[in-house]
Amino acid sequence: MTQDMQQIRRLVARGKQWDKVFVIIGLICLMIGVLTLAVLLAGLVQDGAGRLNWDFFTSFPSRRAENAGILSAIVGSSLVMLLTAITAIPLGVAAGVYLEEYARRNWVTEIIEINVNNLAGVPSIIYGLLALGLFVYALDFGQSILSAGLTLALLILPIIIVATREAIRSIPSSIREGAYALGATRWQMVRDHIIPYSTGGILTGVIIGLARAIGETAPIITIGALTFIAFLPEPPISAQFPFVSFEWLKSPFTVMPIQMFNWMSRPQAAFQENAAAAGVVLVVMTLVMNGAAIWLRLRYRKRIKW
Amino acid sequence: MVSEMNDASMGRNMNMTAGSLPPGVSTPGQSLKAEARALDFYYGEVQALRSVTMPIWEHKVTALIGPSGCGKSTFLRCFNRMHDLGEVRNRYGGEIVFQPDGVNILAKSVDPIEVRMRIGMVFQKPNPFPKSIFENIAYGLRVRGERNRSAMADKVEQALKDASLWEEVSDRLQDQAFNLSGGQQQRLCIARALATAPELLLFDEPTSALDPNATANIEDLINRLKDKVSILIVTHNMQQAARVSDYTAFMYLGELVEFGDTNTVFTNPRSKQTEDYITGRFG
Repeated sequence: MTQDMQQIRRLVARGKQWDKVFVIIGLICLMIGVLTLAVLLAGLVQDGAGRLNWDFFTSFPSRRAENAGILSAIVGSSLVMLLTAITAIPLGVAAGVYLEEYARRNWVTEIIEINVNNLAGVPSIIYGLLALGLFVYALDFGQSILSAGLTLALLILPIIIVATREAIRSIPSSIREGAYALGATRWQMVRDHIIPYSTGGILTGVIIGLARAIGETAPIITIGALTFIAFLPEPPISAQFPFVSFEWLKSPFTVMPIQMFNWMSRPQAAFQENAAAAGVVLVVMTLVMNGAAIWLRLRYRKRIKW
Repeated sequence: MVSEMNDASMGRNMNMTAGSLPPGVSTPGQSLKAEARALDFYYGEVQALRSVTMPIWEHKVTALIGPSGCGKSTFLRCFNRMHDLGEVRNRYGGEIVFQPDGVNILAKSVDPIEVRMRIGMVFQKPNPFPKSIFENIAYGLRVRGERNRSAMADKVEQALKDASLWEEVSDRLQDQAFNLSGGQQQRLCIARALATAPELLLFDEPTSALDPNATANIEDLINRLKDKVSILIVTHNMQQAARVSDYTAFMYLGELVEFGDTNTVFTNPRSKQTEDYITGRFG
């Protein structure tokens, strides 16, 4: 009897040893990821901290490094993101809702699903080439904010569609049946239940998509964004009639990663500092967006528990 | 497959000419709410219901009992065309004639949404919407185009009273429905269905996820509701069927084995299978 107990204890001890080993391996893997990122960020901040002041945000790029700023890049990035969001969100959400709630399961939807998932993995420069041919030349939008916004919208469309579908799929079918049993039509069910209950998941996907889009460089360079812009696009709202202007859509532009890339390719050390500072701003923008995504997810989770 | 289908349609014809009600049903002076006539149902190639013919009497509680997989839930879900939401290959055979207008609610020409406007349903697990208590009840009314706020409030209150929930929630109608207990949630779902003034109310094992106390509450409620609405209830629990129902149907392997008033079915069943099931020898 006691012998059996000893045997069991030895067995348990051996099992537990593996637990310890795995904890150590896991921690090492985690540290490799986290520390690398931390070192990178610290280096970036160290290099760029000297340039991070108010003037840096309110100045146009300049030949003299100490006068140069990111005003045109920040405005350009913001306007491109605005257009990307306006076009990608309705398209992506509508496509996701259609695929989940309306489309019959058959080989056509199978193929569409596989394609959507694959599109999320297509290199972004391919989207740049497509946009150069389609938006810049064929549709004659030129090398403008319009072309860039639409290009990035195409790029993040699969992300939004996939996030929308996952959010919708997490709604239990008993909720759908409950709504249908009350006599709701499909559209009433989607409008009153599916969309409100999946908003948290959809917004998370949207923000993750936008956070990816704001850092994209390759497709924007491909469609021909300028690297040196010393003016702002026309403002969308003005004090004079007709108050709203869409001229900004046609305006040439630059965005944060391109500005950064431009400074990095200069030999002078002072421009390297500028690049680091712009990098810090870009990283902070991305982190804020991801933080917002997490906050939204938690907020909506608290209200809805299945 | 082809020959089986021919048999099924032949059986239907025989049934129709022989008179649609099975023996054991002799209750003059009562009116029919609905009647299944040679009802078949197929999940793709699999036949789940075989020529079920039975009446649903108005202002009575009809219980469906039988072992798991006998088709009782499938049968129930035919009444509000819930199967239309599933696979395309699912299909109905036979008829369900709904009174007083005598329309076959399974007919292709009948819009399932129209059917669901008249026949309510309460599900196995309470499924309140993640909205406020008030909005849960109001939803069916909104779908029916109710815009008047005070009329809406009145109807919500009445439905909550009918479902014996008003006293527990009257001071917190704007609270999330998820904060209610399981039994309260189920009564909320009953109130949600009642608010739309259904002519027939379907219950799909409404107490299987509830504790005994909440179960007793729901059973009381069902007993009181039959003055307002005809009720068809699927239950796993034979005591429950005996307690709440006026008529009992015993189903087995997709067929209706026995139908009669509850007393007779439980004390003096005609079929050996029914007797074995009721006495707990199988199922």
